[in-house]
Amino acid sequence: MSVMVWIEQNNNGPVGNSFEVLGKAKEVAAALGTQSVAVLIGGDTANVEKVRSYGADVVMTVTSPLLASYRLSAYVKALRKAVEAAGATVVLMAATVRGREVAAMLGSELEAGYAPDAIDLRVEGGKLVAVRSVYSNNILADVTFSSPVQVVSVRPRSFPMPEPGAASGEVKAVDAGLSEGDVKEQVVEVKSTDTGEVSLTDASIIVSGGRGVQQDPAKGFELVAQLANVLGAAVGASRAAVDAGYIPYKHQVGQTGKTVKPDLYIAAGISGAIQHLAGMGGSKIIVAINKDAEAPIFEKANYGIVGDLYQVLPALTAEFKKRLGK
Amino acid sequence: MKVAVLVKQTPDTAELPKISADDVRSGKVKATMVINPWDEFAAEEAILLGDRYDVDAVAISMGSPDAVDALKHALAMGIGAAALVDNSGVTGADMWTTAAALAAAVKAEGAELVITGKQSVDDNSGAVYAGVAARLGWPLVSAVSKVVEIAGGRITVERMVEGAQETVSVPLPAVISVGKEINEPRYPSFMGIRKASKANIPATPAASLGVASGSGKTQWTNIRKPEERKTKCVIIDGATVEEKAAKLADALLAEKVI
Repeated sequence: MSVMVWIEQNNNGPVGNSFEVLGKAKEVAAALGTQSVAVLIGGDTANVEKVRSYGADVVMTVTSPLLASYRLSAYVKALRKAVEAAGATVVLMAATVRGREVAAMLGSELEAGYAPDAIDLRVEGGKLVAVRSVYSNNILADVTFSSPVQVVSVRPRSFPMPEPGAASGEVKAVDAGLSEGDVKEQVVEVKSTDTGEVSLTDASIIVSGGRGVQQDPAKGFELVAQLANVLGAAVGASRAAVDAGYIPYKHQVGQTGKTVKPDLYIAAGISGAIQHLAGMGGSKIIVAINKDAEAPIFEKANYGIVGDLYQVLPALTAEFKKRLGK
Repeated sequence: MKVAVLVKQTPDTAELPKISADDVRSGKVKATMVINPWDEFAAEEAILLGDRYDVDAVAISMGSPDAVDALKHALAMGIGAAALVDNSGVTGADMWTTAAALAAAVKAEGAELVITGKQSVDDNSGAVYAGVAARLGWPLVSAVSKVVEIAGGRITVERMVEGAQETVSVPLPAVISVGKEINEPRYPSFMGIRKASKANIPATPAASLGVASGSGKTQWTNIRKPEERKTKCVIIDGATVEEKAAKLADALLAEKVI
């Protein structure tokens, strides 16, 4: 028995969201009276010390040249080896694009109960319970399991990022037992789309624009981006702004876009349609900037400025530049 | 080549906010039901592949007999045929039992490629198609944003992950899930709707494909609405916009969110 977390890696090393999950996994393991195990899969073990510093009881490595770049079938096979070696009964990972497909494949192959994109975890009567947000964030449900192994992918920012400390966990290498013939995927090319901008799902601050920029959309989103830049924030948008072609879909927040949970969400020119609120209602502090004092967004906001975003945004950018010494 | 498009009938997204916990508990959701919006991208991609390759597309759905409406939408868009896996009377099944039944239906159709939306707007799982791939032993590529090429028994696609765009090639048969970036789904034409309304859609009972009641590995309990955000909005006043900006900065710094 053990609680296992797959530590996803990309070009920049381990993905931060994986450590959020590991932090919670240690609590779950303690409540179940068992060990926490972090699993690092890849071409080498370069990041093992970094992973150890997040305090798992055991860090397992599954290393092979065949695992140098991410390929779903190879990674699922490697993870299954680790699950077997550790006798893992709970397998957790961050609900990124890769995490969600790995978790689903693993769950299906093991005929294990799977809770996708969970927002909370707890142990009740010695059993794991996962909380899911379903119907596009309009319904919550507790998921209980009736399978010996339980798989959960966890929505980014559901748990706080733990602080690294002294590395103490034991390192164990597990043989991947892979041959190229086992792996169906060929990776033709990987292009970084990392433009240095903060991603919406990782952001602790988001500045979003909506239909209110229609008078001059390019200028409006430039002002949104300038404030975001000063605050180290990600740029978001309402569906109305995306559908109007003001900004690409990857910025969309809401029911058919991304679900976000920043500490601070600044909504500029967003009226606050219920579909938008479904995606950002979990933000700690919401600031609304809108010309229309009656806009529904003010009912959900902690602070509001009634005014023209073309004036308010530059004033805020200038003010924060001053305050933050930028 | 036969392409199977997996579609689900789901509530209209505009009506999702009014769905009650009781609706979900009873399984009788009181909302206008439509084709899952993500699956429209899958249907569109199958039609577009028909313009590039020799493709026969079939839409498959597992659901109640009412789910034929979602299949008819796919037909009206231009998908050639449709099949229903009728799950009436089955309770307590989960994503893997659904996947097993759909995998059997895909096999019965002789499809070599499965295309579906990245997730449904009700269960939000994005897991059933992985189960289909696992049951069939086919490779899976999720979050596909472009089908680059189908040639030499392989399909090459681009897909989006956090911070990168990957180009991946897998042997056929295969399963892909698609996102919003891949295309712009067409509206069904009047002729398409007329043709779809007359279509004969065969239904196979889910039980005959191995779906048994109560065979799920997970259960939903304590189904509830999320707590409403209760805030009292402080409207920042000031003589000038600069003064308002300064007051807001004070407040946000005091909240320790900056």
